[in-house]
Amino acid sequence: MLVTVEHAAARLEGPLMFLRRTVDAGLGDAVEVHSPSGPPRLGRVAALDTKHMTIEVLESTAGLDLGRSVVRFFGEPLAFGLSGGVLGRVFNGVGEPVDGGPPIAAAQRHAVDGLPLNPVERANPRDFIETGVTAIDLLNSLVRGQKLPLFSAGGLPHDRLAVAIATHARLRDAEPGAFAIVFAGIGVPWESAEYFRASLARSGALARTALFLNLASDSSTQRLLTPRFALTAAEYLAYVEGKHVLAILTDMTNYCEALREVSSSKGEVPSRKGFPGAMYSDLATLYERAGIVHGHPGSLTQLPILTMPADDIGHPIPDLTGYITEGQIVLSRELDRRGVDPPIDVLPSLSRLMKDGVGGRFTHADHPALASQLYAAYARAVQARVLASVVGADGLAETDRRYLAFGDAFEGTLVRQEEPRTLEESMAAGWRLLRDLPRAELARLSDAQIAAHLSEA
Amino acid sequence: MNPTGRPRDESAPQRVGAEGRPVSHAEIVAVAGPVLRARASGAFALREAVEVGDHALLGEVVKLDGDEIVVQVYEDTAGLRPGVAVEGSGAPLSVPLGPGLLGRMFDGLLRPLVRGETPFVRPGMRRAAGEVFAFTPLARPGDELPAGAIFGEAAREGLPAQACLLPPTAGGTVVSIAPGGALADTAVACTLRDASGAERGVAMRHAWPVRTPRPVLARRVPDAPLITGQRVLDTLFPVARGGKAAIPGGFGTGKTVLLEALAKGCDADVIVYLGCGERGNEMAGVLAEFPELVDPRTGRALMERTVVIANTSNMPVSAREASIYSAATVAEYFRDQGLHVALMADSTSRWAEALREVSGRFGELPGEGGYPAYLASRIAEFYERAAIADTLCGRVGSVTVIGAISPPSGDFSEPVTSHTKRYVKAFWALDVQRAQARFYPAIHPLQSYAEDAAAFAPWWTSHGNSRWLELRRRFLTLLDEQARLERMARIVGKDALPARQQLALTCADVLNEAFLRQSAFSPVDRRCGPARQGAMMRVTARFLDLAQAAVEAGVAPERIPRLDAYRPLLRMGEEIGEDELERFDALEAALEREFAALVGGAPPAGA
Repeated sequence: MLVTVEHAAARLEGPLMFLRRTVDAGLGDAVEVHSPSGPPRLGRVAALDTKHMTIEVLESTAGLDLGRSVVRFFGEPLAFGLSGGVLGRVFNGVGEPVDGGPPIAAAQRHAVDGLPLNPVERANPRDFIETGVTAIDLLNSLVRGQKLPLFSAGGLPHDRLAVAIATHARLRDAEPGAFAIVFAGIGVPWESAEYFRASLARSGALARTALFLNLASDSSTQRLLTPRFALTAAEYLAYVEGKHVLAILTDMTNYCEALREVSSSKGEVPSRKGFPGAMYSDLATLYERAGIVHGHPGSLTQLPILTMPADDIGHPIPDLTGYITEGQIVLSRELDRRGVDPPIDVLPSLSRLMKDGVGGRFTHADHPALASQLYAAYARAVQARVLASVVGADGLAETDRRYLAFGDAFEGTLVRQEEPRTLEESMAAGWRLLRDLPRAELARLSDAQIAAHLSEA
Repeated sequence: MNPTGRPRDESAPQRVGAEGRPVSHAEIVAVAGPVLRARASGAFALREAVEVGDHALLGEVVKLDGDEIVVQVYEDTAGLRPGVAVEGSGAPLSVPLGPGLLGRMFDGLLRPLVRGETPFVRPGMRRAAGEVFAFTPLARPGDELPAGAIFGEAAREGLPAQACLLPPTAGGTVVSIAPGGALADTAVACTLRDASGAERGVAMRHAWPVRTPRPVLARRVPDAPLITGQRVLDTLFPVARGGKAAIPGGFGTGKTVLLEALAKGCDADVIVYLGCGERGNEMAGVLAEFPELVDPRTGRALMERTVVIANTSNMPVSAREASIYSAATVAEYFRDQGLHVALMADSTSRWAEALREVSGRFGELPGEGGYPAYLASRIAEFYERAAIADTLCGRVGSVTVIGAISPPSGDFSEPVTSHTKRYVKAFWALDVQRAQARFYPAIHPLQSYAEDAAAFAPWWTSHGNSRWLELRRRFLTLLDEQARLERMARIVGKDALPARQQLALTCADVLNEAFLRQSAFSPVDRRCGPARQGAMMRVTARFLDLAQAAVEAGVAPERIPRLDAYRPLLRMGEEIGEDELERFDALEAALEREFAALVGGAPPAGA
């Protein structure tokens, strides 16, 4: 149902356009605002009463006027026409091809806002994904259907890490293909977008990737739609086409900034740092679109990237994200400066679903205990460093000095890596490190585990 | 009342309790987000439940203004427009309570979440269909039953029987009662005649308005702990059966893992697990895991004693506000059968945020942190639904409320945490540093507290642990000393501390590693019963005594961790199970032997 309305606009204020109600549209229905001053702009019905309706224009309203604006009503919420043909294509932030190719021949239309997954339909994510990164595989394992963000900061190599994960990620009992990548660049600089495109092309992954690009120069209101279009495509690929989809969303900080901008222009009461009070719920409608569904072969794994403003993990953006996602991988500027690559700060990193994807059935029976012991020892090493920074290494007890050495080796040989490692290589490196600690300190390992892995060969 | 003689469909939350008042209609005049205004053509009451549009979206009347009503809708309002019908129900927002609750998952308004054609939750009514149970009458015609009394038992195939309660508003003389056998939980099972002579049919399932606490005969003062199976809680920071506890912690500190461990291990009869604005995968995890786990008390599947209420973070926010009341009402319903119930709410912060969001939409004046000014009284009301009481049916039942709090950036001075602190008796603060070292449960021993602890000493004495209070104080003192000494060691170096203080640090390490740390994923240690806790307390205390005596006799503190029994001591939780308590005696004996050798072979003091 397409209805076109002319000469109904009564008022324009920021992103909001007030119309006299001359058509019977429903709340949330998509519209397109046409004007001689530019391309059509997307919008939706934000409020209705018997005489008026309010249109929220989802792009810049600059250049619109009251007399010549024509509003087309679609009679349904904002939707995206999808088919398997989205792979290998490049789209702008609202799902329009920008690679010069033909439009997508839509097999199905899906509302971009999605619907909440019924929790009883969710299957428990369990399949261990080997990323080749030791600090992830060994200590913060990623499983299929998980949402695991990278908490980064300006100038840190999060893009490189994301590409490394996207190209190396594999299931251990290597199953046939059916792997797809959905990449959403949200307000990213052109260079970053190009880096992703070129890297994926080099590794041959581009043909199984759908790229959605909302560049830093594009409208910020459109940024709110980009992850929704991308995730709608990802859900289609996962649950209709049965693919295992890895969705990379970067940079969620730009998304939240756009959210703040739009919220304040709508006159909403601001919450922490001026971000809207509903930001938690809003982010949840994106992040919760990861998962596995009973009886469907595909899966949707999310790897959102965000840059922590002022490197502050307590900032509302990483804070609210951390409360929704199933863990986080935190990058550290200090490690980066010291040349540890990837600069993953292991202590604040966490994978909540690791417990379900490791152990005898999935990786190795001693994997959980090894990870726990490495964590305990590294935390102790960091504590010893704090002590040493005041009294000097000489003022430490013998055990603490050994922890000090352990901490350096942990960062220098376990976290830092030049080549991707298999899980076995990562585990071997972990056991090697523990050999240098007194046995009495290894309370997280059983006698059998010590005998099996730490007896001097 | 029920002119067709047909049992009324008690399942639909908005229908129940509609006692004869003609249903009112209204028509939408304006809609924005989840709030709509409608012109009414009949009487509506404040807080009355309504159905909106073709999909019968559930809503609640929140404002009356002349012939206009303002409705808060609990579901996605996309597609609504002026002219759409709003139907009143004549009753406040209510939920159906009956034998079909246990072992199932529901949304925030207690509508069943079941597998369907699509994996997504679509807006609109999903009525719980009537379910058939094996009914056993426990009353005879002519019996006088007080309101809220037990009139029968219902059992699902292969499962234990549950009591069937009269609603707290219905009592009288039994006119007729269904014979034993299969019966739908919506069908009239018992007909009563009250003092005025009016007859009323009662089914196994009845409705109760969620925002009204269910009545009891008399409340009791809690005097026994709820055994959680977690040593750090039961020993250091116990919560009363019928008490209230809060777990605040930043993200990644293990709130959910701890709550789930409590749901698995605590000695309650029924667990009501509320996922309020949390992750869908966690709910799926509970559904996948609980049926596999065995309730240590009954030997049956854990899921059989569990009701899961899920409003995940991407489900409508307004229903999140109501979900906490649905959960409390369900918990009270089981309490009223004379059961001990633990209500886990994860997380109350998301509920408070829903309150803030809804309040903002009504244009209310924001208070601290943007929350409405009535936040504190709402938190108080919720926690006050925890109680141990003589119930209307004559038995003693309890609801223990355990609420998680997710303070922004882990800051405990924020409004939800600070208000909650005033109402709970047990405060279990989670610590980022412990969590980062994967030391779980990451409860900070100096920031946490339990007001009622001393009151539980008699309970522990009667359960074979007469030194509980004394050892608890000793452990807390040691942890306090550790914090002090570590600050000092940071300045002067550990080596510069006197031997006695170095020993205190070693002892604190042992207390932490051997006793307080408890892995939720260890099959042996995920739950620790009172007897094993007592044994572990005793062994730990014995170590403290022996180590102290050894150092006083001149043994250098750094020699203690080299004892052969040191590692087994640190690992006793994971190595020694509930039914091998004698191995703790062996461990204690080994410690005594080795310390004796150490002291015997020690060089004379000062050498």
